[in-house]
Amino acid sequence: MPAIEPGVSTNQLTGKAVTGPAQKLPLPHATAAQEEADRLMTLCNSCRYCEGICAVFPAMELRRDFYDADLNYLANLCHSCGACFHDCQFSPPHKFDVNVPVTLAEVRANSYAQYAWPKPLAGLFQRNGLAISIIAALSVAIFVGGFAAWRDPAVFLGVHTGPGAFYKLMPHKTMALIFGAAFLYAILALTFSIRSFWRDIGGGAANAGSLWQAIKDAGSLRYLDGGGAGCMNEDDQPADNRRMYHHLTFYGFLLCFAATSVATLWHYLLGREAPYPWWDLPVVLGTIGGIGLLIGPAGLMAEKLKRDPQIRDDARFGMETAFLAMLFLTSLTGLLLLVLRATSMMGPLLAIHLGVVFALFVTLPYGKFVHGLYRFVALMRYAQESRH
Amino acid sequence: MADLTRKYDVLVIGGGNAALCAAISAAHNGAAVLVLEAAPKFWRGGNTRHTRNMRCAHDSATDTLTGPYPEEELFYDLWRVTGGEMDEELARHMIHESKDMLHWIVRQGVRFQPPLGGTLSLGRTNSFFLGGGRAMLNALYRTAEGLGVAIEYDAEVTDLDIREGMFLSATIMRDGKPLVIRAESLVAACGGFESNFDWMAEFWGPAAHNFLCRGTKWNQGSILRKLIASGVQQIGDPTQCHAVAIDARAPKYDGGIITRLDCVIFGIVVNRNAVRFYDEGEDIWPKRYAIWGRLVAQQPDQIAYIVFDSDVLESFMPSCFPPVKANSIAELAEAFELDPAVLEKTVAGFNAAVQPGTFDHTILDDCRTDGIEPPKTHWARRIEKAPFYAYPVRPGITFTYLGTRVNKQARMIMQDGKPAANMFAAGEIMAGNVLGKGYAAGIGMTIGSVFGKIAGEEAAKNASRKNTG
Repeated sequence: MPAIEPGVSTNQLTGKAVTGPAQKLPLPHATAAQEEADRLMTLCNSCRYCEGICAVFPAMELRRDFYDADLNYLANLCHSCGACFHDCQFSPPHKFDVNVPVTLAEVRANSYAQYAWPKPLAGLFQRNGLAISIIAALSVAIFVGGFAAWRDPAVFLGVHTGPGAFYKLMPHKTMALIFGAAFLYAILALTFSIRSFWRDIGGGAANAGSLWQAIKDAGSLRYLDGGGAGCMNEDDQPADNRRMYHHLTFYGFLLCFAATSVATLWHYLLGREAPYPWWDLPVVLGTIGGIGLLIGPAGLMAEKLKRDPQIRDDARFGMETAFLAMLFLTSLTGLLLLVLRATSMMGPLLAIHLGVVFALFVTLPYGKFVHGLYRFVALMRYAQESRH
Repeated sequence: MADLTRKYDVLVIGGGNAALCAAISAAHNGAAVLVLEAAPKFWRGGNTRHTRNMRCAHDSATDTLTGPYPEEELFYDLWRVTGGEMDEELARHMIHESKDMLHWIVRQGVRFQPPLGGTLSLGRTNSFFLGGGRAMLNALYRTAEGLGVAIEYDAEVTDLDIREGMFLSATIMRDGKPLVIRAESLVAACGGFESNFDWMAEFWGPAAHNFLCRGTKWNQGSILRKLIASGVQQIGDPTQCHAVAIDARAPKYDGGIITRLDCVIFGIVVNRNAVRFYDEGEDIWPKRYAIWGRLVAQQPDQIAYIVFDSDVLESFMPSCFPPVKANSIAELAEAFELDPAVLEKTVAGFNAAVQPGTFDHTILDDCRTDGIEPPKTHWARRIEKAPFYAYPVRPGITFTYLGTRVNKQARMIMQDGKPAANMFAAGEIMAGNVLGKGYAAGIGMTIGSVFGKIAGEEAAKNASRKNTG
């Protein structure tokens, strides 16, 4: 982190360092990133030219001192659109060295670890790319190995069609139990994390108004538009497609989730067993969502690689890539399974797909997925406090 | 890289708001335009980088303006701050043109926002750039590039060839050698000389070297000097500059808005000798904002200290530097190497002179001192609650008034009163025509945009007449 800018440590009048409490009014911070964020927010708060760009700066203006929780909150409000960096007269090479997107990205990532539940697993956010890769590889290996070990090769590599075909490889109850447990665990861990974040940033009882506002703001990615001109990614041209790719990813994910939910209803309420024909609702939802989940993450990855190095958060490259890869693989293996389910590839593909999905589920609380929940909650807090 | 070998229709020297408006409007009028910006790309745009809004007349409220601001009212405001030191006809012309400027500038990609925190008092009169001046510049540069305007950075003009009021060529350095650039018309839009402390020292003596420049370091005034030396009529007081008190810890250049301090009314201001020297409660913003730069410039070592206590710490907008904090007045004095005994005496004397009253910083209230010299005539409250705080301040120069005389076409006027053949000026370099002294927030950008647009049009017409003639 850059040192606090001149002036603050040197008295230019006498040329002497003005030391001790006489100079800075310090707030203790847990991390260097928060110290830098405090420096920037104090500086930005005396400028305020960016207040029309997004929610971060108006929220900043409601404060004069920035405690750790305030900085975690502001960091999670930031969508990393990059506009404030290119609009700032003090961004590097100016020696005030104002780089809000990168600093807040670091604070944001640290906040995921800070609020992670249970605590011992917070370490998964360090070298997250590696951690997710290992978990995913293990998960796929276990499913493939398990299928191969428990099922006769003639079954594992056989051709199965018609309702219940999948369950010849893994009984429905086993599948429901394993995935139900993984999903419940993810929900539990996420709930505990988000709850401690919400409490830490001073969120009280949620009200319907701010909840609805947050749904609209998050659902439309309202603040991923550089204040209306568009985001800046490669350079100062507001010609960024990240919002579109993110919509494809997010709504693709929701459609896939809807497909699974509908299929569950079909199974238990209507007694209809997967696989379903191509025109049936779960398959249609899953296919459309799956296509979104192919294009979206691929597009986000491409944009990430093109991003201006000055506002790129290289330390989080692994975490972000891992999550994009997991979404992409979930969709790819799912769609391949759909296309090839009537062939002898069905068994191995089902094992791989289930392995990927299982890994996705159990790592939801320990990867980039959490950004959506933290941001949603931060937006809700913003809606709450900007009403007052 | 721009083609520097061809002859252009219009050469624009400068890279800020005025220069870009000139380049864009010249390009709209069919001219081949070259912009020579002395600064590297990041630092482009001169003082426009540090601006935030423009003051244009408008007949009704808009999405981003809370009410009408008629031409007559804007003229009155300008008349008041300049004390009538202006070319009235030119000022009225600018104000009339400013009405359309709000729409024109938006068509060039500039975006406005409603004013939010801290600037509500200007919400009716001033249009705020979304993202500030650099965002505005980025939009103008994108538009200019889209129109085919050639832009060359790191291109400080070292010489101008002007014969009898006729611009022939400009010289820049390339690969260590002078390179002559020719064009039919010239638009000079390259600011004043506020970055040139040697020049300011001609009027202020060595004290000028203790001044800070709030904006760009590239406004050295070399073009202004050459134009005047080449027979262009000068306008505006050559000795004067607009100066406010800014945090003394600011960098020499480009400290911008975040180093400003407008808290003198909340405390007392002492000089290097730890004594007060002026009535801190004399007037309401923005007048007091504008006089303190000059007042500090007249103090020994061009330094002063705003001293206040814990009661008022959160009463004003924070600056980017924290105030120096101490548990006693003596300790505060030591932090700045002032004489502790004298500062204690100054504060005690002030406190004893404070009369009872009802504090209200939004009006000229009845909190005043009695029996001390200088008095504090408003907002006087005792400085007594530890910890104590102080900001060191120095004069921060915003702009200079010396410029080139122009007519309504933004065409430079020569010393013999005749219009120049092909030379135009826009922005700070000719602001003295309509702003002989003082300042009104946002008026610099209005001058830049309006005269920039006019200069570009006229320079393009001038060039096409030449080409067809």
